[in-house]
Amino acid sequence: MSVSATASAVARAEAPAATPSRTAHGPGSAPARPRSVPSWVWALPPVAVLALAFLYPLALVVQQSVTPDEGGVSLDPYADVFASEVFRDALTTTVWLAVGSTVGCLVLGFVLALVIAFVPFPGGKAVARFVDVFLSFPSFLITLALLFVYGSVGMANGLWTDVTGAAEGPFHFLTTPWGVLLAEITYFTPFVMRPLLAAFSQLDTGQLEVASSLGAGPVRIIRRVILPEALPALAAGGSLVLVMCLNEFGIVLFTGAKDVTTLPMLVYSKAILESDYPAACVVAVVNIAISVGLYGLYRVVSRRAGA
Amino acid sequence: MLVHSRAGKWATWAVFLLLFVPLFAVPLLVILAASLATNWSGAFPSGPTVERYSAATSGDSLQALTTSLVTAVTASVLALTLGGWAALAAAALRRRGKRLLDALFILPVAVPSVVVGLAVLVAYSKPPVLLNGTRWIVILAHTVLVTAFAYQSVSAAVRRLDPMYEQAAAGLGASPARVLWRVRLPLLLPSLTSAAGLCFALSMGELSATMMLYPPDWTPLPVQIFAATDRGSLFTGAALAVVLMTTTLLVLAAVSRIRTRASYR
Repeated sequence: MSVSATASAVARAEAPAATPSRTAHGPGSAPARPRSVPSWVWALPPVAVLALAFLYPLALVVQQSVTPDEGGVSLDPYADVFASEVFRDALTTTVWLAVGSTVGCLVLGFVLALVIAFVPFPGGKAVARFVDVFLSFPSFLITLALLFVYGSVGMANGLWTDVTGAAEGPFHFLTTPWGVLLAEITYFTPFVMRPLLAAFSQLDTGQLEVASSLGAGPVRIIRRVILPEALPALAAGGSLVLVMCLNEFGIVLFTGAKDVTTLPMLVYSKAILESDYPAACVVAVVNIAISVGLYGLYRVVSRRAGA
Repeated sequence: MLVHSRAGKWATWAVFLLLFVPLFAVPLLVILAASLATNWSGAFPSGPTVERYSAATSGDSLQALTTSLVTAVTASVLALTLGGWAALAAAALRRRGKRLLDALFILPVAVPSVVVGLAVLVAYSKPPVLLNGTRWIVILAHTVLVTAFAYQSVSAAVRRLDPMYEQAAAGLGASPARVLWRVRLPLLLPSLTSAAGLCFALSMGELSATMMLYPPDWTPLPVQIFAATDRGSLFTGAALAVVLMTTTLLVLAAVSRIRTRASYR
């Protein structure tokens, strides 16, 4: 496997024009054979199902957001929601939590993937497998676990009251944004590690040996050799995590914090708890605009980067 | 490779363990330990008990587990059919059509799951199609959410497919339907099963859209876990969470066995 990885790296280095030329003749290379139906007809049934199950409901959300309860079409729901303190708070909380979590995940994921890939240790493969397993669990499990560790009657506080005899422990951050931040970093770091590990396995280790024998220290090798190679994977993983953090609901719901309101949480409470559908739809439209905009940007960037 | 001195290596590994164990291993172990404990408000849990598991695998909880399983299997099968079909159809299109299909089918990833739930709720709470209050509204939302992942993994696999095989089959006179059924689908089987596993795991753990939609007689396991922790029964919640994780892992292991057997062909 390492031989083929090296071979592909060599091939890539020798023929930098290989990738563009392949994509250029890709669509045309399919043999044109006579067909009874054009190929786009086959794409219609799945698109029709998707339209009915997803696009039409989404359009209704947009329509509902400009239709106040009194009837008619107006932008009043938007004006009301934008003016409300709750919405502004939720918007700022969502954005800074998502940005903070993404930065945390990138730093942590880069360090951990670096050790797994380049300072190999027995059991490193098992750790990589564990990361894959971790991805298949739902996010709220992390908050549930943190409740046991740092919750008001959890381990850490119990230990503190046992040792010091105080009435209550010092750990109350779980119901603040910091608890959400910790849970999000924990849960989403594997999403950064996986593309990074894939990118690192493609890296020609000979480059590291050469750099090392020329006298470069580990920090210099990381900065000059590994980091440039890892940038597309970091960008891809980071923007995916950013979008997922903006959309995260389970983690916030499970902390049970009244003062941490994110946009998805606001959609839920407006629609289900207050039955205020126009307002819920307005918040939903704002959330869609931010997430889809960022995700579109990520797809454009990652296509340019060739990842 | 990166660190050559012995001391440096040990220091790096120590830092790795210090970061990795508390952040990733401890949460899962804590849930496992808590599910077996009677009480836990000190350094260690007290009193091992399996009482919670007998509660977590009977009555309402058992029903929640079967609800989750039925939802996840149905949604995965539907999503795989829909996403796989779309991915195969997209592969035959020209560049612009392919981009359009990519954008349409990947959109559900970018839209927040809560909003997908809200959209389905708004659309199907009124005639002509009244799904609100039935299990189908939950299954519909799950299908929409996981279809994007099925589409992504199948279309990535289609892109990697060597066109030689189908060209050879077509050159030997096989009809397009036969090429699809006897050549392309068998070659795609490993990625189809891994996509199925991914869809299943996502649907098993789905909470956001489900919270918006679930009718009282169709509560999947994540909702049950939330209900338990919300009323303060953290330990019951932990036992339910272990049941959820175990079921997911067992199904994933079974699915990956199909994959390895298929790749031997």
